[in-house]
Amino acid sequence: MSAVTPDQLHDDHHHHGPTGLMRWITTTNHKDIGTMYLIFSFIMFLSGGVMALTIRAELFQPGMQVVQPEFFNQLTTMHGLVMVFGAIMPAFVGFANWMLPLMIGASDMAFARMNNWSFWLLPVAAILLIGSFFVPGGATAAGWTLYAPLSVQMGMGMDLTIFAVHIMGISSIMGAINIVVTILNMRAPGMTMMKMPLFCWTWLITAYLLIAVMPVLAGAVTMILTDRHFGTAFFNAAGGGDPVLYQHVFWFFGHPEVYIMILPAFGIVSQIIPTFARKPLFGYASMVYATASIAILSFVVWAHHMFTTGMPAATQLFFMYATMLIAVPTGVKVFNWVATMWRGSMTFETPMLWATGFIFVFTMGGFTGLICAIAPIDIQVQDTYYVVAHFHYVLVAGSLFALFAGAYYWLPKWTGHMYSETIGKLHFWCSIIFFNITFFPMHFLGLAGMPRRIPDYALQFADFNALASIGAFGFGLSQLIFIVAVVKCVRGGKKAPASPWEGAEGLEWTVPSPAPHHTFETPPVVK
Amino acid sequence: MSVLARFAVTTLSAVPAAGAWAAQSSVNLQTPVTAVAAEIYDMHTLMMIICLVIFVAVFGVMFWSVFHHRKSKGAVAAHFHENTMVEIAWTVVPVLILLGMAYPATKTVIAMKDTSNPDITIKATGYQWKWGYDYIKGEGEGIKFVSNLSTPQEQIQGRAAKGEHYLLEVDNPVVVPVGKKIRMLLTANDVIHAWWVPALGVKQDAIPGFIRDTWFRADKEGVFRGNCAELCGKDHGFMPIEVHVLSAEKYAAWVADQQGKMAATAEDPTKEWALAELVAKGEQVFAANCAACHQADGKGMPPAFPPLDGAAIVQGDKAEQIKVVMQGRDGTAMAAFGKQLSDTDIAAVITYTRNAWSNQTGEAIQPAEIAAAHN
Ligand code: HEM
Ligand SMILES: [Cu+2]
Repeated sequence: MSAVTPDQLHDDHHHHGPTGLMRWITTTNHKDIGTMYLIFSFIMFLSGGVMALTIRAELFQPGMQVVQPEFFNQLTTMHGLVMVFGAIMPAFVGFANWMLPLMIGASDMAFARMNNWSFWLLPVAAILLIGSFFVPGGATAAGWTLYAPLSVQMGMGMDLTIFAVHIMGISSIMGAINIVVTILNMRAPGMTMMKMPLFCWTWLITAYLLIAVMPVLAGAVTMILTDRHFGTAFFNAAGGGDPVLYQHVFWFFGHPEVYIMILPAFGIVSQIIPTFARKPLFGYASMVYATASIAILSFVVWAHHMFTTGMPAATQLFFMYATMLIAVPTGVKVFNWVATMWRGSMTFETPMLWATGFIFVFTMGGFTGLICAIAPIDIQVQDTYYVVAHFHYVLVAGSLFALFAGAYYWLPKWTGHMYSETIGKLHFWCSIIFFNITFFPMHFLGLAGMPRRIPDYALQFADFNALASIGAFGFGLSQLIFIVAVVKCVRGGKKAPASPWEGAEGLEWTVPSPAPHHTFETPPVVK
Repeated sequence: MSVLARFAVTTLSAVPAAGAWAAQSSVNLQTPVTAVAAEIYDMHTLMMIICLVIFVAVFGVMFWSVFHHRKSKGAVAAHFHENTMVEIAWTVVPVLILLGMAYPATKTVIAMKDTSNPDITIKATGYQWKWGYDYIKGEGEGIKFVSNLSTPQEQIQGRAAKGEHYLLEVDNPVVVPVGKKIRMLLTANDVIHAWWVPALGVKQDAIPGFIRDTWFRADKEGVFRGNCAELCGKDHGFMPIEVHVLSAEKYAAWVADQQGKMAATAEDPTKEWALAELVAKGEQVFAANCAACHQADGKGMPPAFPPLDGAAIVQGDKAEQIKVVMQGRDGTAMAAFGKQLSDTDIAAVITYTRNAWSNQTGEAIQPAEIAAAHN
């Protein structure tokens, strides 16, 4: 153990630092920082949710009723940015902070002060992002993909968004470096790489993806910035540039980005299924290899987002084949989870419900992904509600459901109390039912020809849109149940033992619940 | 279409309920009217069937396990956690299935890209927020027009009942003959748009500064509707596409009619117009091209879309205003109308803005001045 964190230097007298607000601002403790990440991401999740519900209110009926078209476009854009960069990504970093040191038997993250800084950059970025609604011209309305030249046309809200993206990018890169170094250097004696819990593996690979692609995104938005203000013409044909160049650069970031948002979810689910099946994970090694191959393949499929830009046939074919190939390792994961459940001795506490729901509904998103991979079909459904359905199946039913699964799974460890199973199960059933009511009809809408990102639509789409809007409000309200579950659990409830789950394995269950402020000050020995 | 796909399609339509359900286009791809669209339709059906079979197999196993391998039913956990043969099988079999899918898809990709030997070539230009069409080769060569949404604002704002083709109707539709290969050239004037008509199986981005192409050959007469499919700003949802496919005779008649109209309205560029004439014409041009942003009352929607009513530039030196209207303003939604509108239209609309609302310059700008400004 070469890395020494400041906390280790005085290990006898705990809880000596500042108290109150200053404790949170100056903390270098991975658990405190993890908690702040999780709270921050949930607040962003609710803000993005309010935007989504405003969108669905406008789309409830044909005709313009609630908002004007420009504001509608601002809402769809900010909904995407807030959910991706504010909710999903920071939530996974929160899990990494809390759980990675506990899982590998480290006393903290490798760079404790940088960890504090990675977090505190985020509220700054969030203020820029949300604040951009209030500047002249409002927030950027160019879509979360910020395609040029539309993004070059936008008002100063776009500049605020560019800076917010830069700041969030720096935060992500620092977080990722911290995770890589922690995992590679701070494992307890005996914890070899191939003995690590799968969550650690998926995060290690995700962290490399982050380090590889966040700078690419920063480059893309910086080029927009200079095109906007400093007379460059990267994306302007009149100056020798090319608007499609932006899309190549963006999606070179963007496709790995979608795996950044799902690989840690695979990790969480791979922890939960074996616990509640009371059976070891099937195909641990192949899970690791599948994760690595997904990550590598994710760098060579980006142009499947660009089939309608008019690429040469050979290019289209290459990206089509490469994309189809990703379905293979993704399939292997699903098969492994099902094989883990097979002949297990299962119980369905809330985390397991979410994890099982995840496999079922995420896989539907995998299938529609495969259908989108077929270039001729994709040319029909590209930029329609079909794609909206696809990515909400993988991001909401995928990433978000896995986050909830993980939250219920580790809440007893975090708070020292058991959450209420009744409330947790209610949350799950409401979410999965309303989720499907909201997003399933979108497949039909897309196939039948409804474009995405439009504030008003033709009459034949009215029924499914009304249904989707009703579902969306149900889904939004269901998330308030989660607040109740967490608040009750923090306040009290049955005392949680060190290992509340019968089948759970791993170092995190060897420390008391709630996990004390400092854990593994002397590293455990793994046999 | 592959034999497999044909088989799949027949099987599906053998189930009458499923067949009827699929024919109604509110849950499936629209009824195809070109060979490419039909291939896409069948390929999608085939994919759906394969995915459904896999889905049922995988989740059959999972739910069997969920219901039977429960602790509450006395299930005792087994301890296996590896099986090389099974793992190889479920890697290799999917690869084979994917190869089966890739084969028809590859053929269609190549067919879609083959824009050679067209009968008619039409250039479509995306503008914020309308389409311009130029028939550049083949029967109808020389015809050009602009195509705007024709759904009235009252319907959109809910002050009037919505018509049957709400938001999918235009003033000047694209007209093509049935059974002929139409090559579409796509470009744009400002930002990226996309020209999409689902029943024709065509979607192609229109990229400013570049020309991309695609093609279709409609097998059936009729009216086919689509939308702009790439977010292009405020009125992205309001720039539909309407294609009328006519028989050869009707198409010839349409061409003759259009050419006649164009000759009749061809304006004498040297004509001196009276102020009132220009203002009247300009008001129409304004409504069709400018009001979306600057608003009919000239108040605009600041700050993105500045007001013209009382604007210094509209009341000041006319040369400056002519320049802005003709060349646009870089980095904003203000387009370069010099390339879109005739000199007369530009002269009229500038005259109108300089004599509307509180702007009362009394100046008439003549087409000849615009012609001069081109150089
Ligand atoms: C089997 C695996 C998958 C395949 C084959 C696949 C394929 C595709 C394809 C071809 C598109 C482009 C559709 C279009 O724009 O026309 C797409 C869009 C998208 N996918 Fe996937 N996908 C898969 C899994 C995932 C996962 C796991 C995520 C994230 C958790 C994801 C997130 C997205 C997002 C966010 C978009 C839309 C981005 C946008 O246009 O705004 N996909 N996917
Ligand atoms: Cu992708």
